[in-house]
Amino acid sequence: MDMSQYLEIFIDESKEHLQTMNEILLDLEKDVDNLSHLGEIFRIAHTLKGMSGTMGFNKVADLTHKMENVLDLVRNGEVKVTSHIVDILFECFDALEEYIDNLEKNGSEGDLDSTALVKKLADIADNKGHVENMSGKKDAPSETKTTTAELSDAFHIPLNDIDSIIKKAFEMGVKPFLIKVTLDEGCMLKAARSFIVFNTLERFGEVIKSHPQAEEIEDEKFDQSFEVLYFTKLDKEYCKNELMNISEIANVVVEPLSEDDYLLEETKEDVEVDLAHVEDQVQKVKEENQNKTEKSKTSKTVRVEIGRLDNLMNLVSELIIIKTRLEDLDTTQQKMVDQSSKNNMNEAIEYLERITTSLHDAVMKVRMVPVERTFNRFPRLVRDLSKDLGKNIKLFMSGEETEVDRTVIDEIGDPLIHLIRNSLDHGIESPDERAKSGKAEQGFVALRAYPDGNNVVIEVEDDGKGIDPEIIKRKAVEKNVVTKDAVELMNDKEIINLLFEAGFSTVDKVTDLSGRGVGLDVVKSKIEAINGTVEVNSTVGQGSKFIIRLPLTLAIIQALMVYLNEEKFAVPLNNIKEITNIDTKDITMVQDQEVVLYRNKTLPIIRTKEVLEIDHTRDDADELTVVIVKKGDVEAGLVVDGLIGQQEIVIKSLGKYLTGIKAISGATILGNGTVALIVDPNQLF
Amino acid sequence: MSEIKEFVTFRLNEEYYGININNVENIEKVLPITRVPYTHDYVRGVINLRGIIVPVVDLRSRFNLEPKENSEESRIIIVNLEDLKIGMLVDASSEVLQIETSEIDAAPNVKKDINNEFIKNIGKKNGRIIMLIDLHKVLNIEQHVE
Repeated sequence: MDMSQYLEIFIDESKEHLQTMNEILLDLEKDVDNLSHLGEIFRIAHTLKGMSGTMGFNKVADLTHKMENVLDLVRNGEVKVTSHIVDILFECFDALEEYIDNLEKNGSEGDLDSTALVKKLADIADNKGHVENMSGKKDAPSETKTTTAELSDAFHIPLNDIDSIIKKAFEMGVKPFLIKVTLDEGCMLKAARSFIVFNTLERFGEVIKSHPQAEEIEDEKFDQSFEVLYFTKLDKEYCKNELMNISEIANVVVEPLSEDDYLLEETKEDVEVDLAHVEDQVQKVKEENQNKTEKSKTSKTVRVEIGRLDNLMNLVSELIIIKTRLEDLDTTQQKMVDQSSKNNMNEAIEYLERITTSLHDAVMKVRMVPVERTFNRFPRLVRDLSKDLGKNIKLFMSGEETEVDRTVIDEIGDPLIHLIRNSLDHGIESPDERAKSGKAEQGFVALRAYPDGNNVVIEVEDDGKGIDPEIIKRKAVEKNVVTKDAVELMNDKEIINLLFEAGFSTVDKVTDLSGRGVGLDVVKSKIEAINGTVEVNSTVGQGSKFIIRLPLTLAIIQALMVYLNEEKFAVPLNNIKEITNIDTKDITMVQDQEVVLYRNKTLPIIRTKEVLEIDHTRDDADELTVVIVKKGDVEAGLVVDGLIGQQEIVIKSLGKYLTGIKAISGATILGNGTVALIVDPNQLF
Repeated sequence: MSEIKEFVTFRLNEEYYGININNVENIEKVLPITRVPYTHDYVRGVINLRGIIVPVVDLRSRFNLEPKENSEESRIIIVNLEDLKIGMLVDASSEVLQIETSEIDAAPNVKKDINNEFIKNIGKKNGRIIMLIDLHKVLNIEQHVE
């Protein structure tokens, strides 16, 4: 049966369930005696088991089934919840998440092996919670593994009569293996299991012979193990792993046959067919794998509240009404051009304007999702990291319901993880250090989101040791990020923000978590790629705060339209600080750069016309119109010929043919149908 | 057996050129072109083609011909190449010609100048000579899409 149509629903629902499970697990850890949490997890595991069973995802079903067993014991009070059990439950959660991720990406559960995990769960169930003694037994499965040398004697397949086939195999580059598969003691359907083994093997090569014979295996006429002679192009480990992934397999021994023994034999023709078949199979598998990687993820979707869609529908119907009204006006206008029809026209246009604005708003809202989607993985991240680091850290989150555009959500995850890791790893001190400096042992990281005008602000704050400008200064000069002279002129805030420059990483010691050389500059470029900004405030000894500002939407922005000669350009309004007039005679030259003193600060003046290659003749007007733009804390004045006004513009890409054009971030279409370019002030200075 | 191929023809000065019809989306009258800084000289700018921003290459400039004002006859041929949509500004364009493959020869390689590189084949039809251009080279695709 084709399940693909249900796959998306399955993935969506599983993800929701897993999310809830994650939250409850975190709660459970804090309050291990709360039975209602356990009941909830049990219910989720049960639902997942049912769902995945129906879909035929056996690994998920298997794992959740075992989880259920343990949870049931716990619920009945037979086993007490310990941190060990919670840890294992977290591991299960991770495994489940990976299965679902794999399903989403390539439609199969992937090769993650959860047998060890299943074993741990079974151990808990068997030992009724005497888990403290269990840690030593975790490696139990590997102990029972017999060495290949011992087993090779035990192979029962006579090779003499088929050695010519084997020889031919070597010639074709196909490797023969003897494989011994041992089933679990408690395996009920031995025939079914071995059938799966054969199936798996046939996918990657060809089974030449087996002991006992295939028919006998089908009739379950064997003990716990059987052997096969197998031809494949894959290597030993791969075969083994594939087989070990099948459940209820206790052990697999793969023994390659050596080439030397068969080199001098003659060839037989009928084998060629078989080998060609093997080649075909291997080719097929390769193609399949390729398809898997090529097949993109399930398409991006947004779950939309029905109310929002209704609103959209209403607006569209109003749009249709106004269209009819305009048509109507058009015919009346042809008959008589008088004052009243003109008024009607204006009224209709105003109405139309209102509808388009609302429509824009409504469509934007449809694309909006709460930042919760990104935030909800952080409690777990902080928990795991602080455990690993031996620090006591509490995470506060607020404003999870704040909504941003779907595309922004996808992009913001990684930078946030990076910042949080930074705070945990480098920001917050170890409990000892904290006690010494008179702070509470428990550190905190706060993650806040809130809307701010046309932006959404996300803050990551910690109460750690803060960032020392002196260290940054030294490092920045050392690493040639800035010159010594330049750094002396900077204030503390500017110095701290040097952190975002490329090639800067403060930690000498590379830890597993952060400080791998790629640093905050990546965070910055990622955020800037979605038109956001990031800055940091920090007080030594008290902590640091990273502030990310993101645009609400990417497609439509407010812009100031300006003239440069006859050409019109758009400057995004959120880059503009103010507009002013400057006397030409106030401009002085400092290091080949024109500057003026404005509001007691030096303001670099940029001759926009020259930068945009319009013309290089400078008019000698006494007064210049200057648009002051800001990039973080840096400001510059753009000289323009004239101002047109503020306008809402739709951002369009210039396309692939014209990429990487300096100072231009895109284009927009004006009311008269012509194209105006959008200036990117960030690239001007 | 010779096949018949179809070419959209256009004119630069008094010479006729052809593009495989499969690459041509449509032919537009000259629309207002917005200049774009930091591009090659032959990129005239961008136009608004029914809501899509399309770059325009000035073929006179690309073929090293003297600049000329646009006239009533000037056209922008919109071509699709790989997944790019590009406009080509030409002196005139109106005709679609069917040329038999037997009437298509390799371009003579006498002069070694840049224009010769752009000409892939020469087609003949009713005594007229049509130079069939290599769009990849003319539009300098390799350099633009890196």
